[in-house]
Amino acid sequence: MAYNLKQEMSKEERFDAGHRLCAGCGAGIVCRAMMRAVDPGDKAVISNATGCLEVSSFQYPYTAWHDSYIHSAFENASATISGVEAAYNALKRKGKVKENFKFLAIGGDGGTYDIGFQALSGALERGHDFTYFCYDNEAYMNTGTQRSSATPKYASATTTPFGAESVGKKQTQKDLTQIVVAHGSPYVAQTTMIGNMKDFYEKAHKAIYTEGPTFVNVLTPCPRGWQYRTDQLAEICKLAADTCIWPLYEVENGEYRVTYIPKKKLPVEDFLRPQGRFKHIFKPGNEWIIEAIQQDVDQQWEKLLDKCR
Amino acid sequence: MSRRDRLSGNEAIATAMRQIEPDVFAMFPITPSTEIPQYYAQYVADGKVNTEFVCVESEHSAMSACIGAEAAGARAVTATSSAGLSLMNEMLYVAASARLPIVLAVSTRALTGPININHDYSDSMAERDSGFIQIYAENNQEAYDNYLQAHRIGEHKDVRLPVMICEDGFITSHAIENIELENDKDVKNFVGKYEPENYLLKSENPLAVGPYGISAYYMEARVAQAEAMKNAKQVILDVAADFEKNFGRKYGLFESYKMEDADIAIVIMGSSAGTAKAAVDELRESGIKAGLIKIRVFRPFPGEELAEALKNCKAVAVLDKSEGFSANGGQVFADTAAACINLEKRPKMINIIYGLGGRDFTIDAAKRVFARLQKIADGGELGPVYTHLGQRDLRKEAQ
Repeated sequence: MAYNLKQEMSKEERFDAGHRLCAGCGAGIVCRAMMRAVDPGDKAVISNATGCLEVSSFQYPYTAWHDSYIHSAFENASATISGVEAAYNALKRKGKVKENFKFLAIGGDGGTYDIGFQALSGALERGHDFTYFCYDNEAYMNTGTQRSSATPKYASATTTPFGAESVGKKQTQKDLTQIVVAHGSPYVAQTTMIGNMKDFYEKAHKAIYTEGPTFVNVLTPCPRGWQYRTDQLAEICKLAADTCIWPLYEVENGEYRVTYIPKKKLPVEDFLRPQGRFKHIFKPGNEWIIEAIQQDVDQQWEKLLDKCR
Repeated sequence: MSRRDRLSGNEAIATAMRQIEPDVFAMFPITPSTEIPQYYAQYVADGKVNTEFVCVESEHSAMSACIGAEAAGARAVTATSSAGLSLMNEMLYVAASARLPIVLAVSTRALTGPININHDYSDSMAERDSGFIQIYAENNQEAYDNYLQAHRIGEHKDVRLPVMICEDGFITSHAIENIELENDKDVKNFVGKYEPENYLLKSENPLAVGPYGISAYYMEARVAQAEAMKNAKQVILDVAADFEKNFGRKYGLFESYKMEDADIAIVIMGSSAGTAKAAVDELRESGIKAGLIKIRVFRPFPGEELAEALKNCKAVAVLDKSEGFSANGGQVFADTAAACINLEKRPKMINIIYGLGGRDFTIDAAKRVFARLQKIADGGELGPVYTHLGQRDLRKEAQ
């Protein structure tokens, strides 16, 4: 059945308004869209790493989650959902649970790329039937924009600030999507929130309904950390895809497919310019940084297209 | 009907687990507890148990998976030692505050450094404030019996707390002893089914676990947890009474050994109690009124009961098999001394740190402690309150 936004939006919400996420934050949109990708007849348990999303969506005595939800710590969303899924298998076998449940884990890049990396790797290797959603906002936002291994090179973060002797973060981002592919997961995808959310929905649905450990990496802008106007969220996501800074693709049983090829590939500076975290690279004398980023993005994009051939 | 068998402490605990048949066992190996999941893996491989056996990539993930599983509505267990328990530390607090009655078998072992695989309680003592109930065993039989009682204690509606069943690494975990094993069916009947009120997989009523609790709510959650730990004392006694009714072996919060008329006494835990009892017996033969208290339940701490048991003694030595680096004595000493503080007439009290990293504890060593106590009881000087027993150079030992 073809994707239909109107129809999707008419589904009952499973992540409620009234949570405490910032205006212009992408994480709430990720949660709503992620939950729309669970078929209405299916139950779900969500395991959430500590972070902005957790403290904003489940502050006692309120929860934004309609489905069962567990937060236990920062580095262990994958290990926690492993236990939930193991319990489901045991209780289903013993006839104590009858309904179909889907198991989702969600964490930011801190809880996924860095402190939660070991638990994620372990759960992927063990082959639990779950889907991990990373809402990648490219720094440790809950503690105030410290750099993570997902922070792009040259971005200013509070632990890699721009200064007389610094042009921002020195290191290249970790390519976690590729690392998950290397685990042999049956379905791995990269997406963000563009247009009518078709790209997101299709990947999320496919990931949730593919048996085994699957992974969706979602570029999720943060207005505080990236320093853009709150009404620019959709525009920035679109620019990330159109500049190929965040290519949208999926890997199904090892087969690569780019799901979005921009009609006109835009220069990287279109994505960088509206964001305060890249302000310093537009200073006179720093033109070489924009060139270096462009060169890197072009190379990565070509490499990805090669994998799809 | 029970049957006699020869088992190590680890195998006794694994056997208790097989008989209870938890829904989920999440494991990561560490000496000397490794055999417990190994035995269990074989039960799974042989089709003797219907359990999800999850080989996670660290102890942190083992406890995390237990938290997920128990919250989901399953009985979840794991086993660990030493650094493994330390790595779980963060998640122990989470398990207890989420009020999840996970049962954790600990083959207690020294903490690094230097690295050492032998016995002391530095691992479990470091978790004394985690909110886990802690029950200690003197021998293999007690390790088995304590384990059989653990689920019922933790799952009781007035408690809902996780439970640590501690045995002494190598001394108990690896030594083979004759023990009484109960029948599988009798054990299952005694332990009963786990039927939590709310759980993640209860489809008609979704559950959210692990909220952010602001100052307006955090304290109430902690007080409720503290009340649960207080309630655990009576529940432990009730379960022990039912255990005795079913299987004939009697347990309390602690064991009093020849305390009725004791002038001098040792407070001790675990396998060392057996050695110290032998010293008590020898001293009694020569007319010295020596006694011993073996603490079985360290959390909740049986403070009032302990004070009552010690109030008529003239001098008491609390033996800690863990160095807490407080510069003021060990953990058992701190709690015992605090428990006695409001007695009208209280014994003089000293603290002895002993047996670190598997250093042998002998009948002679116990008798040296009693000799010091006798001097104090006879009106001699108290001497240093906090000392170390059984060092390589005995001249360093307080007389």
